[in-house]
Amino acid sequence: MIGLLRRYWQVIRRPAVHYSLGFLTIGGFIGGVMFWGAFNTALEATNTEAFCISCHEMHDNVYQELQGTIHFTNRSGVRATCPDCHVPHRWTSKIARKMQASKEVWGKLFGTIDTAEKFEALRLQLASNEWKRLKANDSLECRNCHKFEYMDFTRQSPRATRAHSTSLASGTRTCIDCHVGIAHRLPDLAGIAKLPEERRSPDALPGVVRSGGVEPPAEETAD
Amino acid sequence: MRALPVMRPVSLVVLCAALGFAPAATLAQRPVPSDLPGHYDRMRGNVPIPEEATPPPLTNPDNSDVRRSRAYAMQPPVVPHKIEGYQLDRNANRCMFCHARTRTEQSQAPMISVTHFQDRDGNFLAELSPRRYFCLQCHVPQAPVNPLVDSRFVDVETMLRRSGSPSVPPGGPAPASPREPGQR
Repeated sequence: MIGLLRRYWQVIRRPAVHYSLGFLTIGGFIGGVMFWGAFNTALEATNTEAFCISCHEMHDNVYQELQGTIHFTNRSGVRATCPDCHVPHRWTSKIARKMQASKEVWGKLFGTIDTAEKFEALRLQLASNEWKRLKANDSLECRNCHKFEYMDFTRQSPRATRAHSTSLASGTRTCIDCHVGIAHRLPDLAGIAKLPEERRSPDALPGVVRSGGVEPPAEETAD
Repeated sequence: MRALPVMRPVSLVVLCAALGFAPAATLAQRPVPSDLPGHYDRMRGNVPIPEEATPPPLTNPDNSDVRRSRAYAMQPPVVPHKIEGYQLDRNANRCMFCHARTRTEQSQAPMISVTHFQDRDGNFLAELSPRRYFCLQCHVPQAPVNPLVDSRFVDVETMLRRSGSPSVPPGGPAPASPREPGQR
């Protein structure tokens, strides 16, 4: 009797050799599936237009501007949502962009653009961020839908054909170089001269923008 | 050029009578000018004034990029391409992306004329004069629509030919486009 108890006691006291390995493996697998599922679900949830415009900064400024454009409403009803253009579709690039977005969470918490005036003041910087990103990846987010290989130049206007068959075909220009301000309003281009080269759109170079900075002569304002 | 709906004086008088001096409740019963002969409004059709007319469907603007001849020498050239969605506000001027002096080599678009660099005192500025900034004040896109108002405009070359003047070029003047003066 004593011997039997001592044997059980020793079995209970000694850590299991096989069960622990089994629990680690199976538990780790199940836990991994749950974590990955939750992570990916959360990631996809933040990758929707509904999530983007749940903040008033996005809803009241950029989303309102988008609504009149061809990417929002058109004859065929195909439309682009925020992440279609602003988040890379490839997973690794998407994670990289999501990590960059922690800066945007910071901006949200501290109200960097929480009024229309603040947004307007930062519009050039925000726009040029996207110009720089799209120039660097050869307008990848445009090309996810607009594939150069399948463009029918005979269906394009003469101007479009000329631009697409020369600069775009040779790779000297990318989509964003010309197609700036198509989904949102352009920033005040008078400030563009101060931007570094890689943040500028060639189509928005100084000298082609408004001359609003020119002060009228004093005698002209007098009459 | 944009054809603005021209309201005839008679219509104006009747409109004032209908809107200004008649009680609102009796408006529907009153004979409205468009029911009377000779008061047909080209834009509204036969719709009575108190009712809202159904606008005609939108037409696609001309996008051919073919320059049109001007009806007279000083006419601002019309826009032979689509300008839908072009931004033209204090931030940016989309027209100048192609029509600015520095952009014409690449775009092959006509440069804004020298008058656009002048301020109202005739001084030449380095770039587009602020008073010429809003292109659509003078230059308008074209669409194949029927003119609302008939035009009796006669090209000066046609007029000279009628009077037998020898100043007409040998090839004769270009025939004026029938929708040129009254188009929108």
